Amino acid sequence: MSSQPTHDVIVIGSGPAGYTAAIYTARAQLHPLVFEGTSFGGALMTTTEVENYPGFRSGIQGPELMEEMREQALHFGADLQMEDVESVSLAGPIKEVVTAGGETHRARAVILAMGAAARYLGVPGEQELLGRGVSVCATCDGFFFKNQDIAVIGGGDSAMEEATFLTKFARSVTIVHRREEFRASKIMLERARANDKIRFLTNTTVVVEGESTVTGLRVRNALTGQESTLAVTGVFIAVGHDPRSELVRDVVDVDAEGYVQVWGRSTATSVDGVFAAGDLVDRTYRQAITAAGSGCAAAIDAERWLADTRDSGTTEMIGAHR
Amino acid sequence: MSTATTPLTVTDESFAADVLASTTPVLVDFWAAWCGPCKMVAPVLEEIAQEKSGVLTVAKIDVDANPSTARDFQVVSIPTLILFKDGKPLTRIVGAKGKAALLKEIADVI
Repeated sequence: MSSQPTHDVIVIGSGPAGYTAAIYTARAQLHPLVFEGTSFGGALMTTTEVENYPGFRSGIQGPELMEEMREQALHFGADLQMEDVESVSLAGPIKEVVTAGGETHRARAVILAMGAAARYLGVPGEQELLGRGVSVCATCDGFFFKNQDIAVIGGGDSAMEEATFLTKFARSVTIVHRREEFRASKIMLERARANDKIRFLTNTTVVVEGESTVTGLRVRNALTGQESTLAVTGVFIAVGHDPRSELVRDVVDVDAEGYVQVWGRSTATSVDGVFAAGDLVDRTYRQAITAAGSGCAAAIDAERWLADTRDSGTTEMIGAHR
Repeated sequence: MSTATTPLTVTDESFAADVLASTTPVLVDFWAAWCGPCKMVAPVLEEIAQEKSGVLTVAKIDVDANPSTARDFQVVSIPTLILFKDGKPLTRIVGAKGKAALLKEIADVI
Protein backbone atom coordinates (compact mmCIF):
# COMPACT_ATOMS: atom_id res chain seq x y z
CA MET A 1 0.00 0.00 0.00
CA SER A 2 2.33 2.69 -1.20
CA SER A 3 -0.47 5.28 -1.21
CA GLN A 4 -0.41 5.36 2.61
CA PRO A 5 1.01 8.64 3.90
CA THR A 6 4.15 8.72 6.00
CA HIS A 7 3.24 9.69 9.55
CA ASP A 8 5.38 11.73 11.88
CA VAL A 9 5.10 9.17 14.63
CA ILE A 10 3.71 5.72 15.28
CA VAL A 11 3.14 4.58 18.84
CA ILE A 12 3.03 0.83 19.51
CA GLY A 13 1.31 -0.03 22.78
CA SER A 14 -1.57 1.24 24.86
CA GLY A 15 -0.76 1.16 28.54
CA PRO A 16 -0.08 4.33 30.52
CA ALA A 17 3.16 4.80 28.51
CA GLY A 18 1.54 4.39 25.09
CA TYR A 19 -1.49 6.58 25.80
CA THR A 20 0.59 9.29 27.44
CA ALA A 21 2.93 9.32 24.43
CA ALA A 22 -0.19 9.53 22.25
CA ILE A 23 -1.63 12.45 24.26
CA TYR A 24 1.63 14.43 24.11
CA THR A 25 2.40 13.78 20.44
CA ALA A 26 -1.21 14.54 19.50
CA ARG A 27 -1.06 17.85 21.36
CA ALA A 28 2.22 18.59 19.57
CA GLN A 29 0.33 18.25 16.27
CA LEU A 30 2.30 15.17 15.27
CA HIS A 31 -0.93 13.26 14.48
CA PRO A 32 0.21 10.00 16.06
CA LEU A 33 -0.97 6.67 14.71
CA VAL A 34 -1.32 4.37 17.70
CA PHE A 35 -1.44 0.58 17.52
CA GLU A 36 -3.20 -0.35 20.73
CA GLY A 37 -3.10 -4.06 20.03
CA THR A 38 -5.29 -6.76 21.44
CA SER A 39 -4.30 -6.14 25.02
CA PHE A 40 -5.25 -2.48 24.90
CA GLY A 41 -5.07 -0.75 28.23
CA GLY A 42 -2.13 -2.87 29.27
CA ALA A 43 -1.46 -4.37 32.66
CA LEU A 44 -3.89 -2.07 34.49
CA MET A 45 -6.79 -3.76 32.72
CA THR A 46 -6.40 -6.75 35.02
CA THR A 47 -6.05 -4.82 38.24
CA THR A 48 -8.78 -3.58 40.53
CA GLU A 49 -8.32 -0.49 42.62
CA VAL A 50 -5.32 1.70 41.78
CA GLU A 51 -4.64 3.58 45.00
CA ASN A 52 -1.36 5.27 44.14
CA TYR A 53 -2.00 7.13 40.88
CA PRO A 54 -1.78 10.80 41.81
CA GLY A 55 -4.90 12.83 41.34
CA PHE A 56 -7.37 10.19 42.48
CA ARG A 57 -7.51 10.52 46.22
CA SER A 58 -10.06 7.74 46.70
CA GLY A 59 -8.42 5.49 44.12
CA ILE A 60 -9.65 4.53 40.68
CA GLN A 61 -10.31 1.19 39.02
CA GLY A 62 -7.47 0.18 36.66
CA PRO A 63 -9.69 -0.29 33.58
CA GLU A 64 -11.43 3.02 34.31
CA LEU A 65 -8.11 4.87 34.49
CA MET A 66 -7.10 3.40 31.15
CA GLU A 67 -10.44 4.32 29.60
CA GLU A 68 -9.86 7.92 30.73
CA MET A 69 -6.36 7.99 29.21
CA ARG A 70 -7.67 6.47 26.00
CA GLU A 71 -10.46 9.03 25.72
CA GLN A 72 -7.98 11.82 26.42
CA ALA A 73 -5.75 10.61 23.57
CA LEU A 74 -8.78 10.44 21.26
CA HIS A 75 -9.86 13.90 22.33
CA PHE A 76 -6.57 15.37 21.11
CA GLY A 77 -6.85 13.57 17.80
CA ALA A 78 -4.67 10.48 18.17
CA ASP A 79 -5.55 7.86 15.56
CA LEU A 80 -6.11 4.76 17.70
CA GLN A 81 -6.08 1.37 15.98
CA MET A 82 -6.93 -1.80 17.87
CA GLU A 83 -4.74 -3.92 15.67
CA ASP A 84 -1.72 -5.93 16.74
CA VAL A 85 1.61 -5.23 15.10
CA GLU A 86 3.10 -8.22 13.33
CA SER A 87 6.53 -6.93 12.36
CA VAL A 88 8.58 -3.74 12.16
CA SER A 89 11.40 -2.43 10.04
CA LEU A 90 13.04 0.41 11.92
CA ALA A 91 16.50 0.88 10.48
CA GLY A 92 16.12 3.58 7.81
CA PRO A 93 14.82 7.16 7.98
CA ILE A 94 11.32 5.86 7.17
CA LYS A 95 10.19 3.17 9.60
CA GLU A 96 7.66 0.54 8.59
CA VAL A 97 5.12 -1.15 10.81
CA VAL A 98 3.16 -4.14 9.50
CA THR A 99 -0.10 -5.04 11.24
CA ALA A 100 -1.55 -8.49 11.90
CA GLY A 101 -4.04 -7.65 9.14
CA GLY A 102 -1.12 -7.27 6.71
CA GLU A 103 -1.19 -3.49 6.25
CA THR A 104 2.04 -1.52 6.13
CA HIS A 105 2.22 1.87 7.83
CA ARG A 106 5.14 4.29 7.66
CA ALA A 107 6.49 6.92 10.01
CA ARG A 108 9.63 8.93 10.63
CA ALA A 109 9.68 8.16 14.36
CA VAL A 110 8.40 5.21 16.35
CA ILE A 111 7.66 5.01 20.08
CA LEU A 112 7.75 1.51 21.51
CA ALA A 113 5.48 0.98 24.54
CA MET A 114 4.43 -2.66 24.38
CA GLY A 115 4.74 -3.18 28.12
CA ALA A 116 5.22 -6.52 29.79
CA ALA A 117 3.30 -9.78 29.64
CA ALA A 118 2.40 -12.06 32.53
CA ARG A 119 4.97 -14.80 32.93
CA TYR A 120 3.98 -18.45 33.06
CA LEU A 121 5.57 -21.18 35.14
CA GLY A 122 6.22 -23.52 32.25
CA VAL A 123 5.23 -26.58 34.29
CA PRO A 124 3.18 -29.58 33.15
CA GLY A 125 -0.57 -28.98 33.16
CA GLU A 126 -0.32 -25.21 33.13
CA GLN A 127 -1.03 -24.49 29.45
CA GLU A 128 -3.32 -27.53 29.05
CA LEU A 129 -5.59 -26.26 31.83
CA LEU A 130 -5.37 -22.55 31.08
CA GLY A 131 -8.93 -21.22 31.25
CA ARG A 132 -9.97 -24.45 32.95
CA GLY A 133 -8.82 -23.55 36.41
CA VAL A 134 -5.44 -22.04 35.60
CA SER A 135 -5.67 -18.26 35.37
CA VAL A 136 -3.40 -15.24 35.08
CA CYS A 137 -6.18 -12.77 35.93
CA ALA A 138 -7.53 -12.88 39.48
CA THR A 139 -9.87 -9.94 38.91
CA CYS A 140 -11.41 -11.69 35.89
CA ASP A 141 -11.74 -15.18 37.25
CA GLY A 142 -11.96 -15.01 41.06
CA PHE A 143 -15.76 -14.92 40.71
CA PHE A 144 -15.81 -18.52 39.44
CA PHE A 145 -14.20 -19.89 42.59
CA LYS A 146 -16.75 -18.94 45.23
CA ASN A 147 -16.33 -21.09 48.37
CA GLN A 148 -13.60 -23.15 46.74
CA ASP A 149 -10.02 -23.87 47.72
CA ILE A 150 -7.54 -22.22 45.40
CA ALA A 151 -3.83 -21.42 45.11
CA VAL A 152 -1.80 -18.41 44.07
CA ILE A 153 1.70 -19.07 42.78
CA GLY A 154 4.31 -16.38 43.37
CA GLY A 155 6.06 -14.33 46.00
CA GLY A 156 5.87 -10.73 44.82
CA ASP A 157 3.45 -7.87 45.34
CA SER A 158 1.08 -9.08 42.66
CA ALA A 159 0.86 -12.54 44.28
CA MET A 160 0.00 -10.94 47.64
CA GLU A 161 -2.49 -8.54 46.07
CA GLU A 162 -4.21 -11.33 44.12
CA ALA A 163 -4.34 -13.67 47.11
CA THR A 164 -5.88 -10.96 49.27
CA PHE A 165 -8.39 -10.08 46.54
CA LEU A 166 -9.30 -13.74 45.98
CA THR A 167 -10.28 -14.25 49.63
CA LYS A 168 -13.41 -12.27 48.75
CA PHE A 169 -14.56 -15.33 46.84
CA ALA A 170 -12.59 -18.39 47.85
CA ARG A 171 -12.89 -20.51 51.00
CA SER A 172 -9.11 -20.69 51.26
CA VAL A 173 -6.14 -19.34 49.34
CA THR A 174 -2.73 -20.99 49.52
CA ILE A 175 0.20 -18.89 48.40
CA VAL A 176 2.79 -21.24 46.96
CA HIS A 177 6.27 -19.80 46.60
CA ARG A 178 9.40 -21.55 45.46
CA ARG A 179 11.68 -19.71 47.88
CA GLU A 180 11.69 -18.92 51.58
CA GLU A 181 11.94 -15.14 51.24
CA PHE A 182 9.33 -12.99 49.54
CA ARG A 183 10.03 -10.26 47.06
CA ALA A 184 6.75 -8.62 48.05
CA SER A 185 6.80 -5.30 49.88
CA LYS A 186 6.31 -5.42 53.62
CA ILE A 187 2.88 -3.80 53.55
CA MET A 188 1.51 -6.27 50.99
CA LEU A 189 3.04 -9.30 52.73
CA GLU A 190 1.69 -8.22 56.13
CA ARG A 191 -1.75 -7.67 54.66
CA ALA A 192 -1.74 -11.24 53.30
CA ARG A 193 -0.34 -12.68 56.52
CA ALA A 194 -3.05 -11.00 58.55
CA ASN A 195 -5.77 -12.61 56.43
CA ASP A 196 -6.95 -15.82 58.07
CA LYS A 197 -8.12 -17.32 54.78
CA ILE A 198 -4.56 -17.23 53.42
CA ARG A 199 -1.91 -19.80 54.19
CA PHE A 200 1.64 -20.06 52.89
CA LEU A 201 3.66 -22.89 51.37
CA THR A 202 7.28 -21.83 50.85
CA ASN A 203 10.23 -23.59 49.21
CA THR A 204 7.67 -25.36 47.10
CA THR A 205 7.44 -26.11 43.38
CA VAL A 206 4.29 -27.26 41.62
CA VAL A 207 2.82 -29.29 38.78
CA VAL A 208 -0.80 -28.66 37.81
CA GLU A 209 -3.08 -31.70 37.93
CA GLY A 210 -6.45 -32.36 36.32
CA GLU A 211 -8.03 -33.80 33.20
CA SER A 212 -10.67 -31.38 31.90
CA THR A 213 -10.40 -28.98 34.84
CA VAL A 214 -7.89 -28.36 37.61
CA THR A 215 -8.22 -30.82 40.49
CA GLY A 216 -5.07 -30.03 42.40
CA LEU A 217 -1.42 -29.19 42.58
CA ARG A 218 1.32 -31.73 42.95
CA VAL A 219 3.57 -29.84 45.36
CA ARG A 220 7.19 -30.66 46.08
CA ASN A 221 9.20 -29.28 48.94
CA ALA A 222 12.48 -28.13 47.45
CA LEU A 223 14.40 -28.74 50.69
CA THR A 224 13.13 -32.18 51.67
CA GLY A 225 12.06 -33.45 48.27
CA GLN A 226 8.77 -34.52 49.83
CA GLU A 227 5.77 -34.54 47.49
CA SER A 228 2.08 -34.28 48.22
CA THR A 229 -1.14 -33.13 46.60
CA LEU A 230 -2.87 -29.88 47.38
CA ALA A 231 -6.54 -30.15 46.43
CA VAL A 232 -7.48 -26.92 44.66
CA THR A 233 -9.84 -26.10 41.81
CA GLY A 234 -8.16 -22.86 40.80
CA VAL A 235 -4.52 -21.88 40.30
CA PHE A 236 -3.67 -18.22 39.81
CA ILE A 237 -0.24 -17.55 38.38
CA ALA A 238 1.47 -14.37 39.61
CA VAL A 239 5.15 -14.98 39.03
CA GLY A 240 6.06 -11.71 37.40
CA HIS A 241 6.24 -10.21 33.96
CA ASP A 242 8.50 -10.29 30.93
CA PRO A 243 9.01 -7.31 28.63
CA ARG A 244 7.06 -7.73 25.40
CA SER A 245 10.06 -6.98 23.20
CA GLU A 246 9.88 -9.99 20.80
CA LEU A 247 8.87 -7.62 18.00
CA VAL A 248 12.04 -5.54 18.24
CA ARG A 249 14.60 -7.84 19.88
CA ASP A 250 16.65 -8.17 16.70
CA VAL A 251 16.38 -4.49 15.84
CA VAL A 252 17.07 -2.43 18.96
CA ASP A 253 19.44 -3.26 21.80
CA VAL A 254 17.85 -5.22 24.61
CA ASP A 255 19.41 -6.55 27.80
CA ALA A 256 19.74 -10.22 28.79
CA GLU A 257 16.15 -10.34 30.00
CA GLY A 258 14.72 -8.61 26.96
CA TYR A 259 14.22 -5.09 28.36
CA VAL A 260 14.78 -2.47 25.67
CA GLN A 261 17.82 -0.38 26.47
CA VAL A 262 17.72 3.41 26.30
CA TRP A 263 20.40 6.06 26.43
CA GLY A 264 20.94 7.54 29.86
CA ARG A 265 17.93 9.42 31.13
CA SER A 266 16.41 9.70 27.66
CA THR A 267 14.05 7.30 25.92
CA ALA A 268 16.24 6.95 22.81
CA THR A 269 16.97 3.37 21.81
CA SER A 270 20.00 2.14 19.86
CA VAL A 271 18.15 2.93 16.62
CA ASP A 272 17.87 6.53 15.45
CA GLY A 273 14.29 7.78 15.60
CA VAL A 274 13.08 4.90 17.76
CA PHE A 275 12.10 5.63 21.35
CA ALA A 276 10.93 3.31 24.11
CA ALA A 277 8.95 3.80 27.32
CA GLY A 278 7.08 2.04 30.10
CA ASP A 279 7.44 -1.53 31.36
CA LEU A 280 9.18 -2.47 28.12
CA VAL A 281 12.18 -0.53 29.40
CA ASP A 282 11.70 -0.40 33.14
CA ARG A 283 12.91 -3.28 35.25
CA THR A 284 12.99 -1.22 38.42
CA TYR A 285 9.84 0.79 39.12
CA ARG A 286 7.07 -0.62 36.91
CA GLN A 287 4.33 1.67 38.15
CA ALA A 288 1.49 3.25 36.22
CA ILE A 289 2.82 6.69 37.02
CA THR A 290 6.43 5.93 36.01
CA ALA A 291 5.18 4.37 32.78
CA ALA A 292 3.07 7.45 32.06
CA GLY A 293 6.05 9.67 32.89
CA SER A 294 8.35 7.85 30.50
CA GLY A 295 5.65 7.88 27.81
CA CYS A 296 5.65 11.66 28.13
CA ALA A 297 9.45 11.73 27.90
CA ALA A 298 9.36 9.55 24.77
CA ALA A 299 6.86 11.91 23.15
CA ILE A 300 9.04 14.94 23.88
CA ASP A 301 12.20 13.11 22.75
CA ALA A 302 10.47 12.09 19.51
CA GLU A 303 9.11 15.59 18.94
CA ARG A 304 12.57 17.18 19.34
CA TRP A 305 14.23 14.50 17.25
CA LEU A 306 11.69 15.07 14.45
CA ALA A 307 12.25 18.82 14.59
CA ASP A 308 16.05 18.38 14.46
CA THR A 309 16.04 15.91 11.59
CA ARG A 310 13.48 17.96 9.67
CA ASP A 311 15.69 21.06 9.97
CA SER A 312 18.76 19.23 8.75
CA GLY A 313 16.67 17.49 6.08
CA THR A 314 15.53 20.86 4.72
CA THR A 315 19.10 22.13 4.59
CA GLU A 316 20.16 19.09 2.64
CA MET A 317 17.32 19.50 0.20
CA ILE A 318 18.15 23.13 -0.46
CA GLY A 319 21.75 22.12 -0.91
CA ALA A 320 20.75 19.42 -3.38
CA HIS A 321 18.74 21.86 -5.49
CA ARG A 322 21.66 24.16 -5.81
CA MET B 1 -31.64 -15.39 6.87
CA SER B 2 -29.61 -12.39 7.81
CA THR B 3 -28.12 -11.92 11.25
CA ALA B 4 -27.74 -8.80 13.34
CA THR B 5 -24.91 -6.40 12.69
CA THR B 6 -24.39 -5.79 16.39
CA PRO B 7 -23.78 -8.38 19.12
CA LEU B 8 -26.92 -10.02 20.46
CA THR B 9 -27.41 -10.04 24.22
CA VAL B 10 -28.41 -13.48 25.45
CA THR B 11 -29.35 -14.78 28.91
CA ASP B 12 -29.63 -18.13 30.70
CA GLU B 13 -33.28 -18.12 29.64
CA SER B 14 -32.77 -17.26 25.99
CA PHE B 15 -29.59 -19.28 25.44
CA ALA B 16 -31.29 -22.40 24.06
CA ALA B 17 -33.38 -20.46 21.57
CA ASP B 18 -30.83 -17.82 20.57
CA VAL B 19 -27.69 -19.95 20.47
CA LEU B 20 -28.36 -23.69 20.55
CA ALA B 21 -31.28 -23.56 18.08
CA SER B 22 -29.67 -21.01 15.77
CA THR B 23 -29.31 -21.99 12.13
CA THR B 24 -26.25 -19.76 11.76
CA PRO B 25 -23.09 -20.37 13.80
CA VAL B 26 -22.99 -18.26 16.97
CA LEU B 27 -19.84 -16.91 18.59
CA VAL B 28 -20.69 -16.41 22.27
CA ASP B 29 -18.69 -14.00 24.41
CA PHE B 30 -18.78 -14.88 28.12
CA TRP B 31 -18.00 -11.63 29.88
CA ALA B 32 -18.59 -9.50 32.97
CA ALA B 33 -18.45 -5.81 33.78
CA TRP B 34 -15.55 -6.26 36.22
CA CYS B 35 -13.32 -7.98 33.67
CA GLY B 36 -10.79 -5.62 32.06
CA PRO B 37 -9.71 -7.91 29.21
CA CYS B 38 -13.41 -8.40 28.34
CA LYS B 39 -13.48 -4.69 27.53
CA MET B 40 -10.59 -5.28 25.15
CA VAL B 41 -12.48 -7.89 23.11
CA ALA B 42 -15.81 -6.06 23.03
CA PRO B 43 -14.98 -3.62 20.19
CA VAL B 44 -13.32 -6.41 18.18
CA LEU B 45 -16.50 -8.47 18.46
CA GLU B 46 -18.58 -5.51 17.35
CA GLU B 47 -16.49 -5.29 14.19
CA ILE B 48 -16.74 -9.03 13.57
CA ALA B 49 -20.53 -8.93 14.08
CA GLN B 50 -20.81 -6.26 11.42
CA GLU B 51 -18.44 -7.82 8.93
CA LYS B 52 -19.73 -11.37 9.26
CA SER B 53 -23.39 -10.43 9.35
CA GLY B 54 -25.36 -13.18 7.63
CA VAL B 55 -22.84 -15.96 8.21
CA LEU B 56 -22.17 -15.53 11.90
CA THR B 57 -24.10 -14.26 14.92
CA VAL B 58 -22.07 -12.70 17.70
CA ALA B 59 -23.70 -13.03 21.12
CA LYS B 60 -22.75 -11.76 24.56
CA ILE B 61 -23.68 -13.32 27.86
CA ASP B 62 -22.97 -11.61 31.18
CA VAL B 63 -21.74 -14.40 33.47
CA ASP B 64 -22.51 -12.38 36.57
CA ALA B 65 -26.23 -12.27 35.78
CA ASN B 66 -26.29 -15.62 33.99
CA PRO B 67 -24.14 -18.08 35.92
CA SER B 68 -25.81 -21.32 34.83
CA THR B 69 -24.83 -21.13 31.17
CA ALA B 70 -21.22 -20.41 32.16
CA ARG B 71 -21.36 -23.40 34.51
CA ASP B 72 -22.90 -25.65 31.83
CA PHE B 73 -19.96 -24.97 29.54
CA GLN B 74 -17.36 -24.97 32.31
CA VAL B 75 -16.38 -21.36 31.80
CA VAL B 76 -14.10 -20.43 34.71
CA SER B 77 -12.05 -17.77 32.96
CA ILE B 78 -13.20 -14.71 31.08
CA PRO B 79 -13.21 -13.56 28.43
CA THR B 80 -13.99 -16.97 26.95
CA LEU B 81 -15.45 -17.17 23.46
CA ILE B 82 -17.20 -20.33 22.36
CA LEU B 83 -18.28 -20.89 18.79
CA PHE B 84 -21.51 -22.91 18.56
CA LYS B 85 -22.75 -24.60 15.42
CA ASP B 86 -25.90 -26.71 15.26
CA GLY B 87 -26.22 -26.45 19.03
CA LYS B 88 -22.74 -27.78 19.73
CA PRO B 89 -19.68 -25.99 21.09
CA LEU B 90 -16.97 -26.36 18.47
CA THR B 91 -14.18 -23.91 19.23
CA ARG B 92 -13.19 -22.40 22.54
CA ILE B 93 -10.98 -19.32 22.78
CA VAL B 94 -9.75 -18.14 26.18
CA GLY B 95 -8.40 -14.64 26.74
CA ALA B 96 -8.51 -11.43 24.74
CA LYS B 97 -7.30 -11.81 21.18
CA GLY B 98 -7.07 -9.49 18.20
CA LYS B 99 -9.43 -9.51 15.25
CA ALA B 100 -7.04 -11.26 12.88
CA ALA B 101 -6.27 -13.96 15.44
CA LEU B 102 -9.95 -14.47 16.28
CA LEU B 103 -11.03 -14.73 12.67
CA LYS B 104 -8.27 -17.26 12.08
CA GLU B 105 -9.48 -19.43 14.95
CA ILE B 106 -13.02 -19.60 13.62
CA ALA B 107 -12.12 -19.63 9.92
CA ASP B 108 -12.74 -23.33 9.35
CA VAL B 109 -16.31 -23.10 10.69
CA ILE B 110 -17.64 -19.96 9.03
